[in-house]
Amino acid sequence: MAQQTATAGKHIVSLKANLLVFGALLALLALTLVAAQLDLGPLNGAIALAIAAAKALLIILYFMHVRFSGRLAWVFAAAGFVWLAIMVGLTMADYVSRGWFGLLPAPLG
Amino acid sequence: MSETRGLVAHHFDDAEQQHMSSYLGMWIFLATEVMFLGGLFAAFAVYRYSYAEAFREASRHLYASLGALNTAVLLCSSLTMALAVRAAALGRRGWLVGLLAATMLLGLGFLGIKATEYYLDFQEHLVPLRGFGFAYEGADPRRAQLFFDFYFAMTGLHALHMLIAIGWVGVVALLAWRGRFSAAYSTPVEVAGLFWHFVDIVWVFLFPVLYLVG
Repeated sequence: MAQQTATAGKHIVSLKANLLVFGALLALLALTLVAAQLDLGPLNGAIALAIAAAKALLIILYFMHVRFSGRLAWVFAAAGFVWLAIMVGLTMADYVSRGWFGLLPAPLG
Repeated sequence: MSETRGLVAHHFDDAEQQHMSSYLGMWIFLATEVMFLGGLFAAFAVYRYSYAEAFREASRHLYASLGALNTAVLLCSSLTMALAVRAAALGRRGWLVGLLAATMLLGLGFLGIKATEYYLDFQEHLVPLRGFGFAYEGADPRRAQLFFDFYFAMTGLHALHMLIAIGWVGVVALLAWRGRFSAAYSTPVEVAGLFWHFVDIVWVFLFPVLYLVG
């Protein structure tokens, strides 16, 4: 009982799960290198970023234990990334659309 | 319960609440790091979009193979760190110290490869600092210089984070060596692990963004 109380709230990830996540991370690294060799036009960047996001998600959920730490941990872990997405999203929306319809000169032309 | 009481500070109800406070507190700090480094990523996105051609061409001057190798080294270090946290939670002191040492060694390996890369960049006159003789043969040297500004600022800041992470893990390894952690209390190992994994994640994004845009 004492042991159980002491380790409460601490999820121990199995050795097998750790190794599987590591294998998946290496596979994703290989995938991103292969994808970079192909000429897919504007898709190249999107694919590379999607693979990086998948890697980050694996690390956050398993290596950083967010998956096993309750809903509050999900909120804390997501907060920074959500705000970053808003910042990058709105900034790029501005820069990408400003030249449209000839209303305003494109910035940094 | 009596076994763990001495390990719980008086302002916490129990060990679980104490552990969760450290865990969530570290995530708040990491959120500030996301915003801090994210600002650089956002600025890079703007110029990568606006100066697409010059940035693509400049990116081809980087050593993508060394960048990929460094990604693999950091992923290995994240595995050893995750296993160290596991060893700590299981109270296996020998494994804990060994895995923390392995993590530090991989971190130092990363910095060594990064330093080699910086040296090669220097030899090719790609360091955009006064006195380093920046000289670029491509079509648009001024915009290319901006790319290298971003490259050195972002990877330099990341390398600084690596140095801090190595030092932090070193302190934790020393404490582990002295037997300060047990299956009942290993939160400092886990919190150091959070920082280590975060620094790894930053590189996971830096690698495609800087090296693979070409």
